[in-house]
Amino acid sequence: MDSHATSFGVPNRKLAMWVFIASECMFFGSLIATYLSYEGKSLVGPTPHEILNIPLTSVSTFVLLMSSLAMVLALEAVQSGDRRMTRLWLGGVIVLGGLFLSGQVYEFREFYHEGLTLQQNLFGATFFVLTGFHGAHVTVGVIWMVTLLVMSLRGTLGPERSLDVEVAGLYWHFVDVVWIVIFTVVYLIQ
Amino acid sequence: MAEHSTHETAHAPAHASKGTYWLIALILGILTLLEVAVFYVPLLRAAIVPILLTLSTAKFALVAMFFMHLKFDKPILTTVFAGGIVVATVIILAMMLLFGVVGPGAHM
Repeated sequence: MDSHATSFGVPNRKLAMWVFIASECMFFGSLIATYLSYEGKSLVGPTPHEILNIPLTSVSTFVLLMSSLAMVLALEAVQSGDRRMTRLWLGGVIVLGGLFLSGQVYEFREFYHEGLTLQQNLFGATFFVLTGFHGAHVTVGVIWMVTLLVMSLRGTLGPERSLDVEVAGLYWHFVDVVWIVIFTVVYLIQ
Repeated sequence: MAEHSTHETAHAPAHASKGTYWLIALILGILTLLEVAVFYVPLLRAAIVPILLTLSTAKFALVAMFFMHLKFDKPILTTVFAGGIVVATVIILAMMLLFGVVGPGAHM
């Protein structure tokens, strides 16, 4: 069975990734809906405006946006057969993704010390589930990028395998757009 | 395997130039800066929700169109993605309506 060409003129794996992304929209939509439905209904603190660190999250948001730039440049490099730039940009995505995750770990730790836990109130429960699932997606993305970097270092990631990078890139950019929504809805609109 | 991979590459759509990607990144950075600025300006408090939603939508669209190549790719991919977004939006609005966050029973 030809697993690549489809009647839509799109490689099967790419189409499958887009269908997966569409299902992920619904998944994160449900988590955002739950967060918004319970917003302001916590009976005890800490509340969002008491605890959310906007400057730190703004920097994290910028870091994740720039990781998307690195990702698209990595795809460009692999398509043009530039192995050195492929490794450089994939490394960039890994470093920036790692920085974002570090910021999230720091934020979660701070919140925990300030008394916000999953069980503390409705804000804690919905906030940690939403941002935690997003963080888990970023972690999967970073692991995926590491495997691509290893492939590149072994010399097995040439232009003929550019679809591998494109599909991984779609996942990475999706994680980025989800954060764009979370940053606005959770952090800025309180 | 190699034959399949070459076949896949043949489907690679046209996309933007490196310069465009850097420009989009710059715009995304500026839009993020604007979002944070809006958050801290008390004068804009009354209109903060529509302003932030507009800026956020612009960022979302830029990433989807240029970094995810939807602007240059087959329309079926945009349709699939839009389908997911529409369902997600309906879920969010329905939940907010059911919980009285928006609509007749809203208490904001």
